[in-house]
Amino acid sequence: MKARAFSILGNLVVLAAGLAVLFGLPAYGETYLIINSTIFAAFAILALSLALIWGYAGILCFGQAAFFGLGGYTYAVTAINMGDTTVPALLAVLVPAAFAALLGYFMFWGRISDVYLGVITLTVSLIFFRFINQTAGEQWNIGDAPLGGFNGIPATPILNWPARPGDQLAPEDVFSLSVGLLLIVYFCCKALLATSFGRVIVAIRENETRAELLGYDTRVYKLAIFVIGGALAGLAGLLFANSVFVSPTMFSLPVSGQIIIWVIIGGLGTLIGPIIGCILMQFLTNYLGTLSQLKGFGWVDPNLVLGVLLVIFVLAVPKGLTALVTDAWRGLKGLAVRRPAAAPQPSERASD
Amino acid sequence: MDYVVILLLQIGSAIASLVLLSIGLAVIFGMMRVINLAHGEFLMLGGYAAITAYNLGVNLWIAMIVVAPVTVGLFGALVERLVIRHLYGRLIDTMLATWGLSLAMIGFVTVVFGNTVSGISAPLGSFQIGAYRTGVYELFLILVAVVLLLSGWLVLRYTRLGLIARGTMQNAGMAAALGTNPSAVYAVTFAVGAALSGLAGGLLAPLSGVVPTIGAAYIAKAFITVISGGAAILSGTAIAAALLGTINTVATFAFTSVLGEVALLVAAVVLLRLLPQGITGRFFRRAL
Repeated sequence: MKARAFSILGNLVVLAAGLAVLFGLPAYGETYLIINSTIFAAFAILALSLALIWGYAGILCFGQAAFFGLGGYTYAVTAINMGDTTVPALLAVLVPAAFAALLGYFMFWGRISDVYLGVITLTVSLIFFRFINQTAGEQWNIGDAPLGGFNGIPATPILNWPARPGDQLAPEDVFSLSVGLLLIVYFCCKALLATSFGRVIVAIRENETRAELLGYDTRVYKLAIFVIGGALAGLAGLLFANSVFVSPTMFSLPVSGQIIIWVIIGGLGTLIGPIIGCILMQFLTNYLGTLSQLKGFGWVDPNLVLGVLLVIFVLAVPKGLTALVTDAWRGLKGLAVRRPAAAPQPSERASD
Repeated sequence: MDYVVILLLQIGSAIASLVLLSIGLAVIFGMMRVINLAHGEFLMLGGYAAITAYNLGVNLWIAMIVVAPVTVGLFGALVERLVIRHLYGRLIDTMLATWGLSLAMIGFVTVVFGNTVSGISAPLGSFQIGAYRTGVYELFLILVAVVLLLSGWLVLRYTRLGLIARGTMQNAGMAAALGTNPSAVYAVTFAVGAALSGLAGGLLAPLSGVVPTIGAAYIAKAFITVISGGAAILSGTAIAAALLGTINTVATFAFTSVLGEVALLVAAVVLLRLLPQGITGRFFRRAL
């Protein structure tokens, strides 16, 4: 009963915080902060996608960047060709999902697992990266949209209000859309994990053979969650394309690595953890970047500081920030609640 | 005719460079199942060590073959002591720690050496085959790769050190019960793997120059080769490198070099799909 109350309270806290950011930030923040926050929200959805498939289904995907980039590129290419962004926005979610279905079929029906799956997904995202990187030139145009090679597609059309092609969203509206979508996606994922589908997914993560012996076709369930993860990553790519621009670095290895880092720092096996980890790391990276530009701080290389912090973090906080918070909370509760001393038990020794 | 010879030489060179890139990672991953995401940075460090030593006046060959492995081996031993030894058996934590290590190394080298490309020209000049010229250095690299694989096999098969290493790899608990010290074995293995990576980085430095971020280009290829190779350290890496290197070179000759890379990656995906445990998970299972 208590646990139920706490989890409802937790959800309400997250909802309140999310709504505060959604309505509070545009009122008080400057445009620079709003645009940065849109990017953070897009990355948070990306972190959520990996949190779902890795934390809850046990699929270590090293290549979420592939779906991220695919979503961004699909949106950019179709929006430039079509003019109205309603269909491209849908396609930006559906095309990565379809590709995830294909890749998932290829992998899960082959019973590929853990590190080999990681390498295959890594390789796939690298294939995209290498291939798109060399698509400069006229022969690589899709309709009106140049793929642009290493430079990417700079003039990505911003989303417009559905079915009103001339009426584009202002940066504040894109921000509201991103944060709103983040909240909706977070609570939908929570709801999904509470259904029996979610239960089976967790069972598969715990022991796949046992889940199979209980009668579930684990390949189908893994494929389904993988497709959902791909769709979420595509959505993140769509939002990213609207706030920054589309380039092959969306497919690159550092992006895939960063997603994994966010999930590990936030806490593998939770949903809110990776979001917090992502936002924290983004803040830290930005802060270190601006710090290293100041006089006298030239030695502060963002990579160096970040790397050292990560190593210290792993040695000190192995289970992630969420576990740290919950352990601290439990520790405090233990201190606060004094149990009455147990009454001495009557001796139960048989008399000799 | 000379076109075929050049093609064969290029294939050999591609295989040799894949072997060099992957052998350090194969030793570390094969022995301890540690996913060392900083492997590319060890290579980069080896390259910088070689170039710095050469610029300080050390003979080029000594710089590449002695200074680079020793520097990186010592650094690897330090890293193992400070960081990795606390994390054995914790796959995810080693990934995070080695990723942090790679970022820290890139940052450190950027601060010390700057962001520009430094390089040395490939020694040994070139020789003529029919209408084409090719570098003698590439032949040297093929020789080095063969020597490395052979000496690795000799050490693992015929020396006491190799026996202890193989035993610890198969069953660490049993090896401990029989009197060896697994943590000492792991420390030595990590240092040896790091030294091999440093050697590879030093040897490959004349071909591509070094930038702090060159590790990222190496690590993917090294990982793919090692995982496709499977559990056996030497034969797995050799066979995987042979297959992938051949496909890469043939595709490069047929199309462009980028499509050659893409062909290598696609081949790796298909290989892993067909042989989910790597090549030596299915064939040559008892090999070294």
